[in-house]
Amino acid sequence: MKEMRAVFTETLIELAKEDERIVLLEADLMRATGTTPFKEAYPDRIVNCGVAEANMVGIASGLSATGKIPFASTFACFAARRAYDQFFLSGNYAQQNVNLVGSDPGILAALNGGTHMPFEDIGLMRNIPGLVVYEPCDGASLAALVPQAKDHKGCTYMRLNRKASPAVYSDGEVFRLGKGKVIKDGSDLTIIASGCVMVPEAVKAAAELEKEGVSAAVIDMHTIKPIDAELIIEYAEKTGAIVTCENHQVINGLGSAVAEVLGENLPTPMARVGINDLFGQVGDVAWLQEAYGLTAANVKVKAFELLKRK
Amino acid sequence: MEMLTEKDVSELKTKAKQIRKMTILSMGNLGVGHIGGAMSIVDTLTLLYYRHMNIDVNNPKRPDRDKLVLSKGHAGPSLYSILADKGYFPESWLETLNKGGSRLPSHCDMNLTPGIDMTTGSLGQGFSCSIGMALGDRMNGYHNTIYTIIGDGESNEGQIWEAAMAGAQFKLGNLIAFTDYNKMELDGYMHEVMDISDITSKWLSFGWYVQRVSGHDFRELDWAVQNAQAESQRPSMIILDTVKAKGFAPGEGQVASHNMKFDLKEAEDAVAVLEKETV
Repeated sequence: MKEMRAVFTETLIELAKEDERIVLLEADLMRATGTTPFKEAYPDRIVNCGVAEANMVGIASGLSATGKIPFASTFACFAARRAYDQFFLSGNYAQQNVNLVGSDPGILAALNGGTHMPFEDIGLMRNIPGLVVYEPCDGASLAALVPQAKDHKGCTYMRLNRKASPAVYSDGEVFRLGKGKVIKDGSDLTIIASGCVMVPEAVKAAAELEKEGVSAAVIDMHTIKPIDAELIIEYAEKTGAIVTCENHQVINGLGSAVAEVLGENLPTPMARVGINDLFGQVGDVAWLQEAYGLTAANVKVKAFELLKRK
Repeated sequence: MEMLTEKDVSELKTKAKQIRKMTILSMGNLGVGHIGGAMSIVDTLTLLYYRHMNIDVNNPKRPDRDKLVLSKGHAGPSLYSILADKGYFPESWLETLNKGGSRLPSHCDMNLTPGIDMTTGSLGQGFSCSIGMALGDRMNGYHNTIYTIIGDGESNEGQIWEAAMAGAQFKLGNLIAFTDYNKMELDGYMHEVMDISDITSKWLSFGWYVQRVSGHDFRELDWAVQNAQAESQRPSMIILDTVKAKGFAPGEGQVASHNMKFDLKEAEDAVAVLEKETV
């Protein structure tokens, strides 16, 4: 199974072949983010800014002002927290085309621990007017969505798992930024998930629920902003109950975005699986999933609780 | 190197005086403004826009034009006066400065104001953007110059020094920066608030081509700009010894001029004092 960072780098190299405007920026994490092959392919189109993420995002904005399409890559904790003002103002407010890539989102920061664990990046980013926020869950969706981000007029923020993720889709599957993807249909409830940690868990939970006589639909909401309101309402009408699953705080993440849509359009019983107002901590991903309840088992528990409220 | 003639200097002084008058009156119309930092940089802006910058008012977005990033974005009103005078937009816009719906906001906005090359306002950010613009235009193969102006108070920001390292690392010979060194920031003298200490040594040690001149002497300024243009391997920093609120009598040389209230009558009185100064 290919690592996600390798898919990202290969995708970017392919795009750069056809579009000479593409420039990659790094903040002394190339060996971690795995973009060295881009440097080998395009030594004049990579800008390593050193350990200075705020400056990197500013430089990316300046590059955009000269017609370039910059992808700026660093760990999600730095992309979102440290360079937020720069991304907000020099990037978004100034209407540039800066594609910011935050790797190791949520518990995927694993052995780097709580200091490096962003549970709030979607919340921060979701508050920036017009920004596209997305989180592919496997290699196929990553390879399909990055070119769309490149062509999007305006800034984007992508959450990227660096490591290998189990394939949810076949290569060549079609995705559209801003449009959720129905992985499995169902009639009793809908599980809306995003990202490499929770989409596979949602799929697993739905299969287990099926064995117990509960028909659960599963939607991969890879784009958190703009959220696919139409699809959410359609499945709320169809199933009457929604569970959201995210590798992020339940506050102001995917669950909040879904709740906002439903609250104003079709109030529907909901349950949210995610981080419950806690900081990160060190551990491997499997341990952290258990620690924070980011598991199929917990999704199932929440689903049964929710069905009682339906 | 071509030195400025007596006539050149006289014309630049006259122009700078006109720009100061327009700026004072536009702020007076509103009743408040960042007059201190706007006035201290007028001479530099005048020299760049009327003598050095390769720009075209009829094609303000021409990709290979020279560009200016006013990283100390609160000095925008001085630049607006210049852009209006050059015809980027009607002079009547100056009366709308900072009023609801205006296209001339207190801090520079490239999407609102024709002729503004970068949105600035959160201090330190414009400087990083100028590094990116210099890199981008070098990649584009242009032979233009990116000018950028930072404040001395702005230099409290860590981002300035991140960008300083990057400018030298990337050998940006097409970047010419200025520090408006009026020795004051909002809360007081720099040495009281956050001392920048030996500013010249700092920039030298960061690997920049550094010059220090009076920010109000056109001959010195022009000489420094020409030296900087001739430097192709390093970014340039021209440290400008300036007087805060230079040319605005009620605030000249005063800390309180950073953001000052004054009405149209006081503005007109200040303009009358300025008029009497010999060119």
